[in-house]
Amino acid sequence: MAKIQLNGKKITIKPNISVFDLLKKYKLINKKIAVEYNGKILQKNSFKKKLLNNNDKIEIVHFIGGG
Amino acid sequence: MAVKLKKDIFKIANKNLKSRLIVGTGKYRSYQETASAVNASGADMVTVAVRRVNITDKKKPLLTDYLNPKKIILLPNTAGCFTSEDALRTLRLAREMGGWKLVKLEVLGDKKTLYPNMIETIKSTKILVKEGFKVMVYCSDDPLLAKKLEDNGASAIMPLASPIGSGLGLQNKMNISLIIKQSKVPVIVDAGIGTASDATVAMEMGCDGVLINSAIANAKSPILMAKAFKDAVISGRNSYLAGRMKKKFLASASSPKKGLI
Repeated sequence: MAKIQLNGKKITIKPNISVFDLLKKYKLINKKIAVEYNGKILQKNSFKKKLLNNNDKIEIVHFIGGG
Repeated sequence: MAVKLKKDIFKIANKNLKSRLIVGTGKYRSYQETASAVNASGADMVTVAVRRVNITDKKKPLLTDYLNPKKIILLPNTAGCFTSEDALRTLRLAREMGGWKLVKLEVLGDKKTLYPNMIETIKSTKILVKEGFKVMVYCSDDPLLAKKLEDNGASAIMPLASPIGSGLGLQNKMNISLIIKQSKVPVIVDAGIGTASDATVAMEMGCDGVLINSAIANAKSPILMAKAFKDAVISGRNSYLAGRMKKKFLASASSPKKGLI
């Protein structure tokens, strides 16, 4: 198991899962979102290759109502 | 004889807009209400915020399910950012989401007044323009600083009428007029407009557009107020284009004296 931080919350995930798998888990595939991996923007074509390790910090953002 | 009116085109960063009213999408009771108000306002551009996805509630509705980015221009905004770093991070993420290059920058400086930090704002504008963004910039109503933004490549100047969400209307018309006079890029009054007539006054002064959020979202009937703003902006623009009459100190009769019985 790996412990990561997702959107500021500590979660435990299975080992060797990719960012793509994580997005799938949260039903975010094909949604208008952007991902930051340890403080750097992760491009869409890297979602499948990027495997998550212990202590990784992931931010997933989207658009919400705002002024 | 029918008078042919000149086509009045509103262009921001080479994008043609039908409406001179831009609306915010915050503070509504639901996304359904947001969508209905946007529709009633006739706006073809709306501001949106970038925030974390709610990972604990997968069923939470998404804004993009209610506002189709193919039909309406979503303008990512950096509302809530107090440093240049945060604003840049937000807009780079927004661009990653789907190629958004036209963005709205606001870097706040004070929690009580939400007044813009112009030093950080100018710094951020420079960097964003260098990175290929088209930046519409929320700013104070200081003509010198507005000019500085334009010199640094801002695509639109967005001075505040009064503090964000205050509804106090245009507090410094003279400064806004000076900014309109000197600017070659669109000037859009952003923040502080309280009611439809405020928007008309701003447009009559020669603003290219207005951005409204709280005045619509916090009205008793947001959808009716959205329509009121639509008409107010069109009226103000037409009035500006028509050119108002000169003011006189004494009366001038409307009916001719000839033929008086």
